[in-house]
Formats: sequence, C-alpha cells, structure tokens
Amino acid sequence: MKKLLLASAATLATTAAFADGHSPVKMGIILGFTGPLESLAPTMAAGAELAISEVNAAGTLLDGVQIEPVRGDSTCIDAAAATAAAERLVTSEGVAAIMGADCSGVTGSILQNVALPNGIVMISPSATSPGLSTAEDNGLFFRTAPSDARQGVIVTEILQENGVNEIAMTYTNNDYGKGLADAIQANFEAAGGTVTINAAHEDGKADYSAEIGALSAAGGEVLVVAGYVDQGGSGIVRSALDSGAFDTFYFPDGMVSQALEDNFGSEIDGSYGANPGTDSPGAQLFQEMATAEGFDGTQPFSAESYDAAALIMLAMEAAGSTDSADFKDHVMHVANAPGEQILPGELAKAIQIIKDGGDIDYVGASAVELIGPGESAGNYRQITFTDGTLEVVGYR
Amino acid sequence: MEPLNAFVTFANFVLIPATAYGSQLAIGALGVTLIYGILRFSNFAHGDTMAFGTMAVILCTWGLQSVGISFGPLPTALLALPVGIAVTALLLIVTDKTVYRFYRAKKAPPVTFVIASLGVMFVMNGLVRFIIGVDDQRFADGERFVISVRTFREMTGLDEGLAIRTSQAITVVVAVIVVAALFWFLNKTRTGKSMRAFSDNEDLALLSGINPERVVFITWLIVAGLATVAGTLYGLDKSFKPFTYFQLLLPIFAAAIVGGLGNPLGAIAGGFLIAFAEVTITYPLKKVLGYLLPESLEPDGLVQLLSTDYKFAVSFCILLIVLLFRPTGLFAGKSV
Repeated sequence: MKKLLLASAATLATTAAFADGHSPVKMGIILGFTGPLESLAPTMAAGAELAISEVNAAGTLLDGVQIEPVRGDSTCIDAAAATAAAERLVTSEGVAAIMGADCSGVTGSILQNVALPNGIVMISPSATSPGLSTAEDNGLFFRTAPSDARQGVIVTEILQENGVNEIAMTYTNNDYGKGLADAIQANFEAAGGTVTINAAHEDGKADYSAEIGALSAAGGEVLVVAGYVDQGGSGIVRSALDSGAFDTFYFPDGMVSQALEDNFGSEIDGSYGANPGTDSPGAQLFQEMATAEGFDGTQPFSAESYDAAALIMLAMEAAGSTDSADFKDHVMHVANAPGEQILPGELAKAIQIIKDGGDIDYVGASAVELIGPGESAGNYRQITFTDGTLEVVGYR
Repeated sequence: MEPLNAFVTFANFVLIPATAYGSQLAIGALGVTLIYGILRFSNFAHGDTMAFGTMAVILCTWGLQSVGISFGPLPTALLALPVGIAVTALLLIVTDKTVYRFYRAKKAPPVTFVIASLGVMFVMNGLVRFIIGVDDQRFADGERFVISVRTFREMTGLDEGLAIRTSQAITVVVAVIVVAALFWFLNKTRTGKSMRAFSDNEDLALLSGINPERVVFITWLIVAGLATVAGTLYGLDKSFKPFTYFQLLLPIFAAAIVGGLGNPLGAIAGGFLIAFAEVTITYPLKKVLGYLLPESLEPDGLVQLLSTDYKFAVSFCILLIVLLFRPTGLFAGKSV
C-alpha cells in the first residue's frame, strides 16, 4: 500500500512538473457546497473561477498553460468528508493547488491530512480561526481572510483611541463568539486595559435580565457585544439600554448592520464598531466584473476567493513552475510590496510584468496584504453612530 | 444615601425584571395547571398556544394601527386582546372536538393525551410559522417607560437609576387582575364550583348532574384567555419570535410542577420562584456591597454565586429538589 502511495505521489509530482502548454493544469476548489455555508459557496466558487477564466483568456500563463478548476465539497463541518474530497482531488484529479477550504475546522483537517503529506499549496478565502496561524504548514498554507486574532487587535486599537480602559464583554455562546471574545480579552489586557467580565449569552432566549444584571454589576465604560445582530446581541443591547446599565457599546463584525440602526436609532449614539471592508478601488472593480459575469460580487468572501485563485496563478508564473514545492515561496512575494499594484481584471498585465522580470504587488479585490504566517492583514471599516445613523469614519 | 443606592441598584436589576418575568411565567403556568387539574394531562401545546394567541393579537394590532386607532400611552395590543382571545378559543375548541374528545370518549390513559398534545404542538408550531413567519416581530407602541433611568436620577439625586418599562408595569397589573378574576370565578360562581368539583372527583361530579362537555368547553375558553394574555405580555415586554415561545414551555412547566400541578395558587408561587431564582442567584453583588460596606471591606471580585451560564441549571435544580422532597409540589397539587 505504501509503495502504491509513493508511486502515485511520484507520478503526480512528475505530471505537475512536466505540465506544459498541451495539458491543462488543474486547480482544486474545495468549498462547502452543502452544509451551513451552502448559501455562500456558489458566489465564492464563481469568484475563483472568474480569476481562472481571466488568466485562461489571456493564455499567457507560463507560455500557454491553461488552468482547469475542479470542484470538491468540504461540507464545512464534516472533517472526514472534506478530507476524502481533497484526497480525491489530489490523487485522482492531480490538482496542482487548492483554493479552499472555507470553514476553519475542515480547512485545518485538509491541511494536516492531505495538503501537508502531498505537498500541495492551499489558499483559503474564508477560514478565520486564530488556531490556523500557528498550525504546522511547511509554508504551504495561506489565507486571504484575516484571523479573528486580528480583529482582537483592531478592537483594542479603536477602544484605546477612544480613551477606554475598562470594558465589560458578552459573547454568543459558540466557537465564533468565544474565539473572538478571547482574542479581544487577550489583546486588550496585553495593552493594559481591564476586562471586568467576559460572560456568554445564549441566542434565541427572550429574557436577558440575569446577563444584564451581571454585566452591569461588573461595570465598565463600554459594553462589547460579540454576538449576532439578528439573535441575542440585539436583546442584550435592548435590556442594557432600558435598565440604564450601559449607554455606549462596541460592535464587532457580527453586529454591524443596518438592523442596529432600525432597532435602536439614536439610542446608541456615540457607540462604535468595525467590520471587514475596504474602500480600495479593487472592491468596486471586482463587483462590476462579477455583475457582468452574472453573480453577486458583494456576497461575503467572493472577493477573497478571486484573490486566492489569482495569487496561486501569479505565484506559479513567478516561480516558472506549477509545482507547489517551487511556487509556495513566491506567494508572499507576489502578494506584497514592492512592485506595481495589481487590481482585479489586470491579471494578464501582472503575468506580463513578471515575464519581463518586473515586480508586482497584488492588491486585488480585497486589498490583499499577507502578514506573519501568510494570512491577510485584514481591512476593517470603522463605523460610529451619530444622530441615529450608521456612519463610516474610516478604514484600517 | 448609600443604602438607598444599593437598594435602587438591586431593584433595577433584580426585583423589577424578576417580578415582570415571574408574572408572565405565573399566567402561563396557570393555564398548564388548569388543564392538568380538569382535563388531567400535561398540555405540551401550551407554549405554541401562547404563540398562536400572540400572533392573532399582533395581526389585529397591525390592523388597528393601519386604520389609525391607538390606545394613548398604552400599547394598542391591549385593545386587540379580546379578538386574539376569541380566535385562540376557537382554535382550542376545534382542536378539542377533533382530537381530545376522541380520546376522552375512549377513556384513554393520560399518557395518550400527552402524546396527542405533542402532536397538536407541532401542528400549531407550523401554523404560526406559516402565517406570520419565523422572524422577530415588534408590536409594542405607546410610551416606552413609566419612569426612565435619567428621570429617576434627576428626581431623586441618587447616583443609581431605576427604570420601569410600561410593559413591565402592565404585566404586573394585568397579572393581578387576571389572577383575582380567575380565583373569584373558581370559588364564587356556580360554573367555577362545578369545575372544581369535576377536578376533585369526576365520578361524583357526573353523579350530581354536572355536564362534563360544558366543563371542558369553559376550561378551554379560560385557557385560551390565559395563554393569549401571557403570550401578549411576554411579547410586549421582550419581542415575539415563535421559537422563543416554544422554549418558554420549559420554565412554565417547571413553575407549574414546583408549585404543584393542578393547584392554581401553586402555579403563581412557582412562576415567581423560578423567575427570582434565575435572576437572583446569578446576580453579582459587587455593586450592592460596594455601597453597603465600608471602603476597606469593598469586594474586588464580582461576588457572584454562579455564572449566568448556569441560570437554567438553577431552576431545574429547584425542580429536582422539590420533586425529591415534596413529589406533589410546594402547594400539594396532584402527584405527577
């Protein structure tokens, strides 16, 4: 069995290495086409495939290599099914790289069980768990989405700029809420602030008096609500306002929404928050391209998927090879400065610059800037509430 | 001033919310306990009956609002209550004629009724979602506060504020009226007495010429009223969401069982006991003690008995303890 595996791995390596203009190179697109993220997966896949068809139309990648997308289902939650899907793409389809996966849990298991043993580069557009920053990856794993740890830093910065030293915090009782709350607490305390209480709340309950009682008794200048605006988060804000426990709030990404304005109006004047977003011209360009292609480019992580696929192909060009072992070292290089800035729709131009020996700085649809272990620095849109309306005050 | 501040804090975060929540649970538990006492089964469909009644009230409220009728500073929903109760009563009586009467005629054991009510629950569940959808609905209007934190501070000059929402005040007032009316009905009127007789001993009641179908009919009418009132008060105070009403079934049953199933007085006591237990035991005393104790003794920690994560565990622990030591509940209802 081991020999067979070795043999197939060797065959795979040779096919990838000797790929030329005559046989297309395959790129795996592993997303949760079924499962909790099934509503987002189609536009994410469309984003990635848009980048691929753009490069194919130019036909200049590595002097005429065509890229062929192959889809796989990560299911978002079933690690075994995701691993099997990835295994199939790598061993029987022979993909050169993987654009995916989407959810943090399955991304980690595909990385450990398939990408690492086979030496395949993986770029995830949407896995945000802080745990993936420290996962062992031999330089094969990147993501165009920011880690939630990054949001902890952003929250701390914004709070400190507003002169807040003491916060109370409540989070929705699931992996997202807990991970985010822990990241905020760690960063805020490291920066010298005090978290008076970090308490969970359950979604879908109608009575939050006990939670508000506890948060109010602990005290703090600002209440950080790491929840969902359509769920318990709004209930918490409502009771806090009614009982006079807090009048200033900080809203992380799950809370920033039009619904806040509709529910509370001018009652939350002076509160602030931030959610992922960018004002880069690339975002606008990408949306126009997506509309022309017939899908909605404003859907979450669609732009990040375009960028992930684009980075894979540009790194291949920079390395002059479609072998992961060769081009994995070029991903960071093409993504960051120095070099000419590349926006969506300019992939052919980027390939030409690399061919001519120039340097590129891929900006793309989501203003990509890879930091640390190869993850997006993350761009956040800072907002505040004035006179009952949500106002964008800046980007960071 | 310091003891006053301590009391105001405690009242604002514990006494007032728990009293309002307790009243809502008490009216809900009264409905459950009446059905148990007279029809002799645990009605699992009660939470969804409340949702159905509230839905009827909301639809009627929207109708009133669209033609420009309002109730001054009070919520318009109060005007819509009679319509909501009538629609709910109709639904309950149709359900009784089509489902429960069949089993009554067969003298089916109580567990059959319980399972049948589970089926009714799912049907009502679907009906409500089908008509009004699964989302949050807000229908409270009129004045939001009887007294708000800011006015209270300005009035008294205290550091701490106290807020009483209109919905909280209405909840308590309506609860008192409903309970008084129910007790008067059960104890003073001929029909009420015949219902109690039926509940105490069915055979003797039948021998003395009480018409069982009439007793059952009146019971469903009263239950429809209680369920609609409880659901509407709850929705006014928080918000209406079908899923939340389904979950409300647990604390309501806990309240009815702690008080003693079949005993109306027990249902009320149980409602308040569960509500106060959930809010009080998880309340950190840091702020209150900070006002009461001299500065040197002020606590640094939260002085919280249990984290709020455990608030549901608290009510179920009480339930277990009561059932262990007094299987018929605090007010000697029927044994479960």
